[in-house]
Amino acid sequence: MYPEKFRYTKEHEWVSVVGDIGTVGITDHAQAELGDIVYVDYKLGRDALKLGDKIKQGDSFGSVESVKAVSDIYSPVSGEITEINTELADSPEKLNADPHSSAWLVKIKLSDPGEVSNLLSASDYQTYIGAEK
Amino acid sequence: MLLKTPLNSVHRSLGAKMVDFGGWDMPVQYSGVIEEHQAVRTAVGVFDVSHMGEIEIIGPEAQKLTDFVTTNAVSRLKIGQAQYTGLLYEHGGFVDDVLVHKVADDHFFICVNASNQDKDFAHIQQANTFDAEVEFASRRYAQIAIQGPKAIDVLQQLTPAELANIRYYWFVDDEVSNVPARIAHTGYTGEDGFEIYIPPEEAERIWHEILRAGRNYGIKPCGLGARNTLRLEAKMALYGHEIHASITPFEADLTWIVKMEKGQFIGRDALARQKEKGITRKLVGFEMCARGIARDGYEVWLDGQAAGWVTSGSPAPTLNKNIGLCYLPVAEAKVGRSIQVLIRNCPVEAVTVETPFYKRAK
Repeated sequence: MYPEKFRYTKEHEWVSVVGDIGTVGITDHAQAELGDIVYVDYKLGRDALKLGDKIKQGDSFGSVESVKAVSDIYSPVSGEITEINTELADSPEKLNADPHSSAWLVKIKLSDPGEVSNLLSASDYQTYIGAEK
Repeated sequence: MLLKTPLNSVHRSLGAKMVDFGGWDMPVQYSGVIEEHQAVRTAVGVFDVSHMGEIEIIGPEAQKLTDFVTTNAVSRLKIGQAQYTGLLYEHGGFVDDVLVHKVADDHFFICVNASNQDKDFAHIQQANTFDAEVEFASRRYAQIAIQGPKAIDVLQQLTPAELANIRYYWFVDDEVSNVPARIAHTGYTGEDGFEIYIPPEEAERIWHEILRAGRNYGIKPCGLGARNTLRLEAKMALYGHEIHASITPFEADLTWIVKMEKGQFIGRDALARQKEKGITRKLVGFEMCARGIARDGYEVWLDGQAAGWVTSGSPAPTLNKNIGLCYLPVAEAKVGRSIQVLIRNCPVEAVTVETPFYKRAK
């Protein structure tokens, strides 16, 4: 369920690092807690998120909204936005169906690859969400 | 320690996502809010609403007491009829909104909100200077709501009562699955349906029998998430949101549940004063024009200035729009007014609209 090669945050994001690019998404636990997702909003402060934007680990780069609730998304890593999965704006329900793969949110060129070691492993994350219940 | 209904373990075994709802451990969804919502609009859904409270008023002056503590005219009820009404404080704000059922001339059965039941009971008891007894009856009842166009077909399989003969907002005392049940043609979804009051120890068996009877109709267990989107589309008030201790029925667009001419009742003097002076704010429905979902508590702006607040907001699955209810200055609370909802510090365009947002075809 939770890929071993991903790293996770306590705010329920994941990052998968290949070379110096990190692909970021929300976890299966996050989508299940939110329920039917109806919006994905990419935003840095009050402005729309765009390619080339620089963000720091822990910064919010948008929000995911379901019928019941809205939840900010925080970047697990620092770096520069290189890709935005804009397809999710038209079909946000993909986040419910495939959160760990095709429904990734952004790709980030890491400015500090060492940060990844601050994040949770798959087993630590599963322990963490188990305890949260 | 969360309170549990007699169906708690059933929800867990069905894989429901559970939440703390006013101190109760309740299912917010099973398969998904939208899917459950659509089941009720197009077929049938079943809800555990056993967290709701029940209070019985019995005795020679039961009607006088019930009339004194509620805003609607209890004297207009026939035996077997139910009525939506308000319990008010002296200052005119809501203690609760409730359903009064007339069981007999000397017996009234009141269904009240879960998290208000202790407060309601104390409030009614305190007002009881009549020859009547007030009984806290919540522990004697489980309550299940069967809602949707096919609700009648499902429930009819489990009861000898002629459901087609029970008019809307009437009820009968009969049997469901061979145990005594109060079967009311009422609901909180804007759809046709029934609410049954049954012995708690039979709740689990009856729940399963309802699901079995509904299998061919596409029945779905539904949680509080769908209950909320359904009631919002039908513009039914939710205590703590549209109504609370500092909101009066006139402000909440519930003038129809106030019968000033019926004589004295708690809150009447305050309402009479408010009627004379006029209200300053009023509940009105809106839909979002731009992308965004209004949520409870968000500010509403008019021409660049904060002017009101959102009481409920959500995507409306039946309408494919994002809707909400809000309080606005009374002069502005009319249909077609352009408003802005402050969503995470951004004003987003919306417009006030006619309510209810959804009305079922009769």
